[in-house]
Amino acid sequence: MRIADYESIVGKDIIYELGLISKKLRKKKVQCINSTKLGGGVAEILSRIIPLLCDLGIDATWDIIEADPDYFNATKAFHNALHGKSEGITKSVFDKFLSTGRDILRSAKIYGDIVFIHDPQPIMLIENKKPANKWIWRCHVDVSNPYVEVWEFLKRFIEQYDISVFSSPNFTRQLKIPQFLVTPSIDPFSEKNRELTSEEIENVLEKYEIDKNKPIITQVSRFDYLKDPVGVIDAYRMVKKYVDCQLILAGNRAADDPETDKVLAEIMQKKGNDPDIHVLVIEPEKNDFDINGIQRASNVIIQKSIREGFAITVTEALWKAKPVVASAVGGIPQQIRHRHSGLLCRTVGGAAMMIRELLNNPEYAKRLGRNGKEHIRRNFLSTRHLRDYMLLFLYLYNTEDIIYL
Amino acid sequence: MSRWTKKARNPFHFYTSVILKELTWKKARNLRELVEIIKEVPGSVIYYHTHIFLQRQHSFSPDPPNAFANWVSRTLGEYKLGEELASIDICSFNTIRELRGKIIRIIENYLFDSKGPLRYAPPGEEFDFIKAHSFVVPTGFKANNLKEFAMILEKVTIYSIYFHIFEARLRLEKGFNDFSFWIGTSAFAPEVAKNIAELDPYTFNMEALRRRILDIIRNWCSAEQGIGPG
Repeated sequence: MRIADYESIVGKDIIYELGLISKKLRKKKVQCINSTKLGGGVAEILSRIIPLLCDLGIDATWDIIEADPDYFNATKAFHNALHGKSEGITKSVFDKFLSTGRDILRSAKIYGDIVFIHDPQPIMLIENKKPANKWIWRCHVDVSNPYVEVWEFLKRFIEQYDISVFSSPNFTRQLKIPQFLVTPSIDPFSEKNRELTSEEIENVLEKYEIDKNKPIITQVSRFDYLKDPVGVIDAYRMVKKYVDCQLILAGNRAADDPETDKVLAEIMQKKGNDPDIHVLVIEPEKNDFDINGIQRASNVIIQKSIREGFAITVTEALWKAKPVVASAVGGIPQQIRHRHSGLLCRTVGGAAMMIRELLNNPEYAKRLGRNGKEHIRRNFLSTRHLRDYMLLFLYLYNTEDIIYL
Repeated sequence: MSRWTKKARNPFHFYTSVILKELTWKKARNLRELVEIIKEVPGSVIYYHTHIFLQRQHSFSPDPPNAFANWVSRTLGEYKLGEELASIDICSFNTIRELRGKIIRIIENYLFDSKGPLRYAPPGEEFDFIKAHSFVVPTGFKANNLKEFAMILEKVTIYSIYFHIFEARLRLEKGFNDFSFWIGTSAFAPEVAKNIAELDPYTFNMEALRRRILDIIRNWCSAEQGIGPG
């Protein structure tokens, strides 16, 4: 997509301002580095942001580090450790990280005025830092409750960076370097978020044998206890007493999550033989399009998580102007103002009552959906992400509270 | 020549301002901690938490922009204090220092009078103090008279309006908003300047504020010329 394509969504004024900001970065070379160009949220964001930066006239490039599978096993163990899991963390994991890290250091070409490193895999590249270039470490992981040994190990690299960036105050730990906040975003033109025709939506419903004439309540999430799928079924049953509806629990199978099968088994047991509960394990290659269709076909979207990160599935649902009932946890209250752009719940009973309210008051539901979409349009689309990244780059050269460009 | 199109003494240059958020690592769990941290953080932190909702809500209902008030009410359940903080008339302060002093007095008086134990925010819902770095950018738009001013005002971002109305007055400590100052001193329309200066901008959402300012200018123009603005 070109930056001008976004004008129709965010407005000419916003795109014009992005152009003004980008002019101040025309002489800088921005080098982004992560571990893969395929798969995962980081690659998805970079694949959108880099072309837009270039389109704005900024010399932005995207490199990946190359390493053997054992290195990525070590960094995967680190990733899990940052989420608090200590399994698999042995001395050999640290040794592997350091030895391959040194190889990566030798082979990497650092040419950016601004070097923008994403997540822990390429973190050791900071050892190549020269006085002339500026380094940013972007953390996409929630590191608030890490396995401390791993965090302390990584911290000695992180604190050599000029600045760091996190998605939420709740996802971080204190560092000696400045820590900035850049919330995640969605791209309105991606397969998961683009407009669909009614025929495309109907095809998705047909594919999963969902009745298009009966109200649909949907939760999109990994099959994980923290998303409380069993609580969602309980809430659905409370609604079903009054409104004949269907429930969709849709997600894909996370290859690295051993809990998925256990959670799925519990869901299936709870579902029993209710034909109106659809548990959809979606193939990864069809995931984006099918999820888009399911969200758009739904009357109410629920996200009854016990813990959450930013909750990008809520962003996606709001962008589709859907009324959302979601737990007041993690990044959800940033996205939903209760009774204005959605409904915030804290209990199963509360969620059920709110879903009934929405199903019985379609005009109210529509109004919440409309407000929710507008909130996302203004605050959580990739153009805002792009702006925040450009401001970060500019901050590296001027650290005042008020910066005149 | 009509004042609507009369060349201003000086042109008005539109700027815009966008914010980058930095963590301060100050977190409050209760009112006592909140007030102590409010006393010590830089002015840019107080500014952020008393203005951020203005930029975020755009066309939503006009909630009070004061994040302290929201947290005190919604997280601590101290609704009376929350309402007192929300009702602070920010327009009556010319500096962040004065505004900070008012917030501190209200919270300390409340703590002095309250009999019950301190209420604590649940884990994860502490008040995170955030610092705003403002990037001020010239938009390149320049108005030579009121007619041009109104035309440009229609097309700039809400961030530009925000900068000239809120940031210029309080954060840059000019004591007045840029629009009123220019219209009154350069564009020969002191009555328009006065009407804009007397607005209660903190109770508007940003799009409504844009429309209201445009209405003031156009209504004046209609009265001035006996016709609608051309």
